[in-house]
Amino acid sequence: MAKTQRVGEIIEARTTAFVAQCYELYELPPLGSLVKTIDLPVELYGIVYQAATTSLEPGRRPIARGKDETSEEEIYRSSPQLSQLLRSEFSSLVVGYRENEELYRYLPPKPARIHSFVYLCTTKEIEEFSQSLDFLSILLNTPLPLPADELIAACLRQMSQAREDPHPFLVAAGKELAILLSGEYNQLKAILGRIK
Amino acid sequence: MTREDTGRQKLGIVVSGSLNKGIEVKLDSSASVEDMAVGRYVTIEGNKRRFFGMITDVSLEVIDQKLTLTPPDVSDPFIAEVLAGTSTYGTLHVLPTLTISGDAASLLQGPQPVKTVPSHFSTVNLASQRDVELVFGSEDEKKFYIGTPLDMETKICLDLTELVKRSNGIFGKSGTGKTFLTRLLLIGILQKGTAVNLVFDMHSEYGWESRSETGRKVKALKQLFPAKVAVFTLDEEGSRRRQVSTDFVVRIGYDEIEPEDMVLLRQTLNLTEPAIEAVYQLSRRFGKNWLQSSLDLKDSEETNRLLKEMSIHESTYQNLQRGLATIRRLPFLVSHTRDNPVKRILEYLDQGINVVLEFGRYTDITAYILVANLLTRRIYAQYRERTEKAIGEDIALPHPLVITIEEAHRFLNPELSSQTIFGTIAREMRKYNVTLLVIDQRPSGIDSEVMSQIGTKITCLLDNDRDIDSVLAGTPSKNELKSVLSRLESRQQALIFGHAVPMPVVVRTREYGSPESYKDFIPRGQAEIRKQAEKDIEELWE
Repeated sequence: MAKTQRVGEIIEARTTAFVAQCYELYELPPLGSLVKTIDLPVELYGIVYQAATTSLEPGRRPIARGKDETSEEEIYRSSPQLSQLLRSEFSSLVVGYRENEELYRYLPPKPARIHSFVYLCTTKEIEEFSQSLDFLSILLNTPLPLPADELIAACLRQMSQAREDPHPFLVAAGKELAILLSGEYNQLKAILGRIK
Repeated sequence: MTREDTGRQKLGIVVSGSLNKGIEVKLDSSASVEDMAVGRYVTIEGNKRRFFGMITDVSLEVIDQKLTLTPPDVSDPFIAEVLAGTSTYGTLHVLPTLTISGDAASLLQGPQPVKTVPSHFSTVNLASQRDVELVFGSEDEKKFYIGTPLDMETKICLDLTELVKRSNGIFGKSGTGKTFLTRLLLIGILQKGTAVNLVFDMHSEYGWESRSETGRKVKALKQLFPAKVAVFTLDEEGSRRRQVSTDFVVRIGYDEIEPEDMVLLRQTLNLTEPAIEAVYQLSRRFGKNWLQSSLDLKDSEETNRLLKEMSIHESTYQNLQRGLATIRRLPFLVSHTRDNPVKRILEYLDQGINVVLEFGRYTDITAYILVANLLTRRIYAQYRERTEKAIGEDIALPHPLVITIEEAHRFLNPELSSQTIFGTIAREMRKYNVTLLVIDQRPSGIDSEVMSQIGTKITCLLDNDRDIDSVLAGTPSKNELKSVLSRLESRQQALIFGHAVPMPVVVRTREYGSPESYKDFIPRGQAEIRKQAEKDIEELWE
C-alpha cells in the first residue's frame, strides 16, 4: 500500500466541512481531491472544494515587494519571513466516513477534531470510495462558494485518474448525474463538457 | 447486454400501463431501441406471477423537454453514452396476453389469459426459447410446426385438432405467401390426420407441382403423400400437359345445376333480380332439367306464350339467356353425366383420402363459384345427414372435413354470404364437422358476420386499412395488433391469432419448397418417398 501523504492539519471543523492548514506554503491538495482525517475509530472523508493562501493575521494584507527583484523566487529569498507570515489552507466538504471497516457515503455523526492530520487518499482508497456515486448528491446539494459544476467535474476527473480505464467510471458517473439533474439539462451539459 | 443463466435478456422495467391499453416498459440503457422489434415476445416477472406479452410499439422519450430543443452534441460518444438510457431513453409498449401464477394448480393448467397487469417496476426480459415452448407447446401428434417466432429458433406449433374445429382464414396481399402457408397448413392437417381436406384449387397449385414466383418448381400434396391425396380435375387436357396423375375427371351435368347455384352467379353473370326469379319459375315448370330445357327454348311464338304465361318480361328473358350462354360455354358442363362427382369425392373422403380439385384453365370466377358451390352443397348435405344419424344412433361422427376455398370474398360478401353454402358452413361451424379454410386477399369484402366466426386467422402483410380492420375486427387490443400487422415483411411472415394459438404470434413461416423441407414433412416409414427426397437433395448439388 502506498504511503499516505500528509497534507495538513485541521484548524476548523464543522459537521459538513473542515478547514485544514498546510505545513508548507502552497503545498495544497488539488481541487476535488479526496482527503481523509482519522479520529479513531472513525475515518472521515472529504473532498477539497476550496483552497486559499492568506495572511496569518486577517487585518494585515501582504504588500507588493517585487519592484526591485528580478524574479519571484528572489522576493521570497530576500524576505524569508514571508513564508512564516502567510499560510495555505484548504476546505473540504465531508462526504462520508468509515467505521468498523464499513464505508458510509453520508455525513458522520460527529465532526472532525481540531489538529487532526489530513491525508491525501491513495489510489486504492479513491477507487474504493468511488465504487458508489451516492456522494454526488452531497456535492450537488450543499451551498458552496464555487459552482457545484466545477467541483463535481474536478472531483470526477480526479477519481477517474485512479482507475486504469477511466471511461466506464465517467460514463457511470455521467449517468448518475443525468438522473440527479433530470430537470436541469443545462447544468448536466456543463458538467459533462468538463469531464469528457 | 445483461444475460442471465436462463438465457433471458433483460430489457427494462414496467413503469406504467393498464390492462386495456397495454404496459409501458422503460428500456435499460444496455438495451438498444434499435434491437427491439414489434412482434417480439417478452416475459414480465411480476411478484406472484409471470406474464407473457408481445411488443407492439417502440418509442423514444426524453426526461427534460429542453433536450429536444437544444439537442446535445451526440457526435461525442461520451455524451451520447451518458445520455442513453438516462436523459434519453426508449420505451416499449407491451401487450400482456398470458400469465402463469406460481401455484401448482396453475402450473398444470398452463398459461391463462391475463386478467391483471404486473406490478410497478417488474423486470421485463426478452422471452427465451423455453418460454415460447411453454406457451406454444412442442411438436407432437396433434401439434404442427408452422414456423419460428422472429429472431428465434423455437418452433411455434399450431394445435390442429383445435384448428379444424372452427373455420379458419388465411389472408394477405397478393404475393405475400398465402399459397405457401396454405400448402403448409394442408400438409399439417394431412400429416396429423386431424381432418380430411377438400381443396377447390383455382390455380392448380395444391395437388401437383407448380412454379413459385422465383421460378422454382415446388412440389405439392400429391407428390409428397401419393397415397393420401387424390387429384380431381376439371381440365383433363391441361392436367395431362402438366403430367399430373389425376384420379378423376369431373364433369357436371346440366341436370345437377339448381336455381340456388344461379343465385350465386348473379353478380358474375350480371343477372338481374327478375332474371333470378325467372330461373326459379323455369325450374318449377321444367323440373330437374330446367337448364337444358331453357337453353333449348327457341325464339318462337310458343316461347313467347310460355314467357307470358310465367309473366317473364322479354328483357329479363334476354338477360337470363345471355347468362346461361356463359355457363353453357364451360366445357366441363355436359347435358348429363353417369358418374356423379359428388359421390366420387365422398368415396375418397370416406377413406380418409384428401381431394384436390384442379380447375386447370377454367380460372374464371364463374366456373369456380359454380363448381365449388354445387359440390360443397351436396357434400355438406351428406355430412349433415350422417352427423344427424350418428347423433341419433350414437355412433362415431364422420371424420372432420375442411373445405378450402380461394377468392373467398366472392362467395362470402355481405350480399351472398347468407345465400351460399359457405356462409352457412362458416356460421354453423363445427356442428356437422365441416369447416372452411378461407383464402383471400381482400378480407374487407367478406361479410363481417362470417369474419367474426372465423376461429383462427393467419394473416400475411395487409396494407389496406379496410382489410386490416376487417381481419382484426372483434379481437381485443386491435390497435396494437394493427401496428404489428402492417409491419410484417412482405414474405414468409405471418401473424397468427385466434382459437388455435394461446396468444397472437408473428411467425417466420417454416421453409417449404426445398428438398430438405420435403424430407421433414414425410413421415418415417415411407422409405420410398424419403429416398426420392434425398435424391432430390443430391441432384441439387450436382
